Amino acid sequence: MMSATSAMEVNAEARRILAVSISKLYASRTQRGGLRLHRSLLLSLVMRSARDIYHSSSRESEGQSGAQPAAEEPMDTSSSPGNHAGVSQAEPQPELISPEPAAEEPRSPEEPCESETIEDKENLSPARQSRKRRGKASVAPDFLPSKRARLEPGEERHAAPLGSCRVRAGESLAVLSLNRVIPAF
Amino acid sequence: MAGAGGGNDVQWCFSQVKGAIDDDVAEADIISTVEFNHSGELLATGDKGGRVVIFQQEPESKNQPQCRGEYNVYSTFQSHEPEFDYLKSLEIEEKINKIRWLPQKNAAQFLLSTNDKTIKLWKISERDKRPEGYNLKEEDGRYRDPNTVTTLRVPVFRPMDLMVEASPRRVFANAHTYHINSISVNSDCETYLSADDLRINLWHLEITDRSFNIVDIKPANMEELTEVITAAEFHPNQCNTFVYSSSKGTIRLCDMRASALCDQHSKMFEEPEDPNNRSFFSEIISSISDVKFSHSGRYMMTRDYLSVKIWDLNMETRPVETYQVHEYLRSKLCSLYENDCIFDKFECCWNGNDSVVMTGSYNNFFRMFDRGYRQDVTLEASRENSKPRSVLKPRKVCTGGKRKKDEISVDSLDFNKKILHTAWHPLDNIIAVATTNNLYIFQDKLN
Repeated sequence: MMSATSAMEVNAEARRILAVSISKLYASRTQRGGLRLHRSLLLSLVMRSARDIYHSSSRESEGQSGAQPAAEEPMDTSSSPGNHAGVSQAEPQPELISPEPAAEEPRSPEEPCESETIEDKENLSPARQSRKRRGKASVAPDFLPSKRARLEPGEERHAAPLGSCRVRAGESLAVLSLNRVIPAF
Repeated sequence: MAGAGGGNDVQWCFSQVKGAIDDDVAEADIISTVEFNHSGELLATGDKGGRVVIFQQEPESKNQPQCRGEYNVYSTFQSHEPEFDYLKSLEIEEKINKIRWLPQKNAAQFLLSTNDKTIKLWKISERDKRPEGYNLKEEDGRYRDPNTVTTLRVPVFRPMDLMVEASPRRVFANAHTYHINSISVNSDCETYLSADDLRINLWHLEITDRSFNIVDIKPANMEELTEVITAAEFHPNQCNTFVYSSSKGTIRLCDMRASALCDQHSKMFEEPEDPNNRSFFSEIISSISDVKFSHSGRYMMTRDYLSVKIWDLNMETRPVETYQVHEYLRSKLCSLYENDCIFDKFECCWNGNDSVVMTGSYNNFFRMFDRGYRQDVTLEASRENSKPRSVLKPRKVCTGGKRKKDEISVDSLDFNKKILHTAWHPLDNIIAVATTNNLYIFQDKLN
């Protein structure tokens, strides 16, 4: 079983690779000659491995610390709506080497969601769901470039209530582009 | 240490370098493909700007029997232009992905060049005579006043300065949805294949409005896509056989006699992955970037990110030989992923008698592996070693511990200087090595 230290390292490494991969995917959309299928496929494979390792190492460190079972997504340390409670739970634990990232993360999904809810009151739309990038456009994980993704015509940002937003945050990263990149062709 | 390459006493010497000396490389000048023709007399390069430059070897001079002829520019032409796909709002790059020569049948030379979407057949012909003595025209082309014509004469051909003309004879377009990565001329000299990420098409050289799809690996649901085609080649002797490699590190051999659509392979070549080497990037580095049959047709060679493998067509379970190109990069895969180098597609080539294989690396290094003598050598293509006929000194990368004199450490390697394209003269020990925007020609030392 991995020690908490190496689990954290692996976790950070996986997260970093995810961040790099996502920015490469974004960058490749503006490449001359269009999206390269081979490259996008390889990027998505790396992201999938990184995501799986991120989750498994998150569970490892969660399991050892005896905290509440971690939600499926990488940014939250607890699944309760009381996000700040989750943060304060994480901090005192001695095994967590870097409490700052853990503290910051749970907050960031909040802000876009809240502003989303405020912004999109006018754009509340019926159940019609765009196949592409559902949920992804509504949440910007902290390690992404700050610019928000441009919507395709016909897509809408979903006005999501807080609770489901967090779930969607996790879902977004989990499903992020992996299945959606390829059908973009 | 003697260089590998057809015996353990071969020494490689600098011969020529083509291209600008400038460090500031214009993107259009980046060389994207290099190919000798079947006799080795002509050497073609394609670049990112869509141009093709053909060099011709001068005949050996009687004055200097020790030297082989130099390669000088023979013809330059714009093969492809940038295009725009209006339906998808995508630009189509003019970069030449591959050039393949047709075997010579008459005085003219023919080659196929391709960008991401369109293949073109070019005819390169010489003109060294022109007709003179027209009755109705002056020599400069102006028409004569018919009243001044008092006698009739028959025009005759007179010699003129050699002119080399390239003209597009066929354009094979609109057959590929994805980006073309390979073209290969069949040994029947009538057909050729073109491969993109998901499909392979068979063409007849005379017919441009139709092609046959012979491989289609596109899944019904694109979300289930797990691999793409990375390279394809016809067998050098058997006109019914071709292979294609995949991003998963497999090679499939197909027989066109078996069925019209060759989705079912006849043979599949795959080496089980070493579980000790598993990492985030295992899948990327196992993707095959090039596949080449040996001249004999008995073997084929594949290039993945870190190694070159030789496969016997009779054995599918594992390669017969594996050569590590730059194993010291295995611990650097994460950085190479970040700087995109891990996506570089290196090519590989055989020498004329299949005894030596060659491939490129970083820092303008290239590697040769002598299969018979089990020797390998690392050489460098650089302006510093470019005195005429100077012998190339073998290079060594220090992988750890104390760095010896003349060794270079892994961290000092320049990853912007990569050799992706190399070619070996089919009959002689002459090699063409492309750095970013320069073409180096080396030959073995004649004693």
